[in-house]
Amino acid sequence: MNVISSPHAHGARSVGRVMLLVMLALVPATLAGFWRFGWPAVYLWLITILSCLVAEAFATRIRGIDTGRALFDGSAVLTGWLLAMSLPPWAPWWIGALGGAFAIVVTKHLFGGLGQNLFNPAMAARVMLLISFPVEMTQWLLPTPDALPGAMDALAITFGAGVPDAMSSASLLGHVKSEATKGILLDQSLIGHFSAGGFGLGERQGSLGETSALLLLGGGLFLVFQRIIGLRIPLAFLAGVALPAAIASTAAPSHYLGPLAHLLSGGVILAAFFIATDYVTSPSTPLGQWIFGLGCGLLTWIIRTWGAYPEGIAFAVMLMNATAPLIDQYTRPRIFGRGRDGRALNPAQSR
Amino acid sequence: MGSLAIPPLARLARLLNSWGVHPEGRKQLTADTSIARVPLPARLVLPLSQHIGAPARPIVEAGQRVLRNQLIAEAQGAISAPIHAPTSGTILGIAEVPVPHASGLPGPAILLEPDGLDEALPSEEIDPFSLSGEDISRRVAEAGIVGMGGATFPAAVKLSLGQKTRIPTLILNGGECEPYLTCDDRLMRDRADQVIDGALIILHAIGGSEALIGVENNKPEAIAALQSAAADTPTVKVVAVPSRYPMGSEKQLIEWITGREIPAGGRPADIGVMVQNVGTAAAIHRAIRYGEPLTSRIVTVSGGAVRTPRNVEVRVGTPLSALLDFCGGLKAEAARYVMGGPMMGMSVSSLEIPVIKGSGGLLALLADEVGSQGADDASAGPCIRCASCVGACPIGLMPLDMAALIKGGELAASVDIGLKDCIGCGTCSYVCPSKIPLVHYFNHAKGELAAQDRARMKQDAIKQLADARTARMEQEAREKAEAAARRKAEREKAKAEAAAKKAAAEASTSPANASEESPA
Repeated sequence: MNVISSPHAHGARSVGRVMLLVMLALVPATLAGFWRFGWPAVYLWLITILSCLVAEAFATRIRGIDTGRALFDGSAVLTGWLLAMSLPPWAPWWIGALGGAFAIVVTKHLFGGLGQNLFNPAMAARVMLLISFPVEMTQWLLPTPDALPGAMDALAITFGAGVPDAMSSASLLGHVKSEATKGILLDQSLIGHFSAGGFGLGERQGSLGETSALLLLGGGLFLVFQRIIGLRIPLAFLAGVALPAAIASTAAPSHYLGPLAHLLSGGVILAAFFIATDYVTSPSTPLGQWIFGLGCGLLTWIIRTWGAYPEGIAFAVMLMNATAPLIDQYTRPRIFGRGRDGRALNPAQSR
Repeated sequence: MGSLAIPPLARLARLLNSWGVHPEGRKQLTADTSIARVPLPARLVLPLSQHIGAPARPIVEAGQRVLRNQLIAEAQGAISAPIHAPTSGTILGIAEVPVPHASGLPGPAILLEPDGLDEALPSEEIDPFSLSGEDISRRVAEAGIVGMGGATFPAAVKLSLGQKTRIPTLILNGGECEPYLTCDDRLMRDRADQVIDGALIILHAIGGSEALIGVENNKPEAIAALQSAAADTPTVKVVAVPSRYPMGSEKQLIEWITGREIPAGGRPADIGVMVQNVGTAAAIHRAIRYGEPLTSRIVTVSGGAVRTPRNVEVRVGTPLSALLDFCGGLKAEAARYVMGGPMMGMSVSSLEIPVIKGSGGLLALLADEVGSQGADDASAGPCIRCASCVGACPIGLMPLDMAALIKGGELAASVDIGLKDCIGCGTCSYVCPSKIPLVHYFNHAKGELAAQDRARMKQDAIKQLADARTARMEQEAREKAEAAARRKAEREKAKAEAAAKKAAAEASTSPANASEESPA
């Protein structure tokens, strides 16, 4: 018997359990992505996760950290999974492999490993890939579940040929942007390209796991219900996108997309519930989480509306990641018995 | 609760702010066992430190026979409490033995061998309401009553504070938010009238106007028993509070019931409130009405390893092993023994440690009850900044940042963000998914800071002494020099006078005379 510090009890939560529940919440949207985009999507998902695991083993080995423990805490698998969700579904194998390795080695371990990274590994990897390989990263696929290649044909796509030109097309945000540069107004360019119902169910071009908004929403709410994530960041994120979109589209409907089109396009739902809520790279304080989510949403809308890229989420999240430590510092909760300024309360006032 | 005015905004804030945790209660193990008495052991061990403050000073010697309730060690200093013999018997001596202390180090204790007669000093019944507040305080002090919720602060010190400042509100703490513990629950159920009477006595002593008994709503029987016992006393109200750890913390309980916050670094008295544990109130009832000092208490013996978990009334000084034996011993190997509750209790290294006035529980916990958290980093993972600790902290601290600063050796910075406001409740460690022993860091850092303060004070004292010595030496040197100068001046003056005399004499006398006058 030896003397040990209290408490002598512990809650049921563990890091592995948290990661597992997040993965569980991702399963429905992932399966929907597999169903819509076929075997190449499955291969990409496997390659990205495998790449993250190999990179994690490599990095922990070099750093002298317990490799077995690191592999089993689930964080590397989750990074790979989230990265795969954000990649074009038929991306070639080396996009997934390179992205996974970059996420783990550069974004995570060069910053000190689990819990120390400043940027969300999946988003940093996506941004690196997007600016390095713009062609491969913007080949969007019409979701055509009945015309998908078989498992063997898919191998050829993943490990060689890539997306056949005939099957590739722009996403809604890309389409709207390119039409706008030609001077075509939204009223015209939207025709036949957007329906809220179809987008909600995932009948649209987009990354492997971002198109099934409703399934992602379900998974996200499951995490909220399990108390793995709070509602502050997702709600603020959605509001940050929807509010300016609502205002702008009301003022100039032929120039600005409406809130629903924004919420159901690109990776808003995926990012609001699964990416921006990343513990390590988001603020820890309640007020800070509101600010962070709002900032992510607002930046997403700004980049989408005026930026060079049709989709702005990865940039928005990374920019806000960089501000998270500062936000934390200025939004500390009020300490019991002290005022906001940190000074002890005046007894006469609290009497 | 309707009568308690809490501003609507505070009510809203209360809904949004979800501090605290809901640890698995495990109170059902013992909640329905009535209080049994543990027989006298072969030897009672009475540590001289059973309270916060200076240890008591023994006034008995080896071989002396004492009676129950006889004073055997007197209070020493302003925040201290005397110790009385829990039964009649012979004093074996005073020795260094294992005592309940976080350090695990032995401490001085009076050893008493019971003679089995349990003969008591004669006592008399007194009407408390005929006594003055000062009289009640004095009698409570003489009875050696300390806070029985575990804090062991001498109760009389609080009472006499109540006579100096206006304290209209008494809150009795029946929160008992620690998992497993049911000793207060049983006391409130079985001896509700004693608790209510104790509340009235304290109110009388401090001239207060209302007593509110805060009980967590997971103890409906206790609430009902207190309510029926208080039916005829309009100044005493029972308030059900949510079962949420650490609701039994003084700050949280006051805030919940009254909506007022104790200012940082302040006391409840600053906002017109006094808090006493329900067990303390019952002890005050017995001390004032029947002149009984505090020599026994109710202890919950529980945990997955105990064969028959139950509540027992036990004499202070009884070794923990005797309690365990009385409860049928162990049915499985215990991974840890804890004195108190699992959230704030102390892990004990020996079952020969005795029950003291503040011991509410003895837990023999199985490995899966303890969880895998240790006092070191070996079992802990890296912080993933999940902020569970931030959301759970009842004080509004950021435990993850404090721990990071402490780990980096930046104690002063951790104080800046609230280390000294930490109440050590253990909520952050409990929720941490990486099993980081956060409270351990904080307690360690607080200890380190206290040691630094002591060292600084010591250095200051040494420096003062040294400065004084230097000043004294300088003074002496100066005085010496002055004296020397004075003597020199006198000598010169004398010489000059002599010379002047001589010159005058020479002028008036012949050289021959002069040589006669000054023989060579």
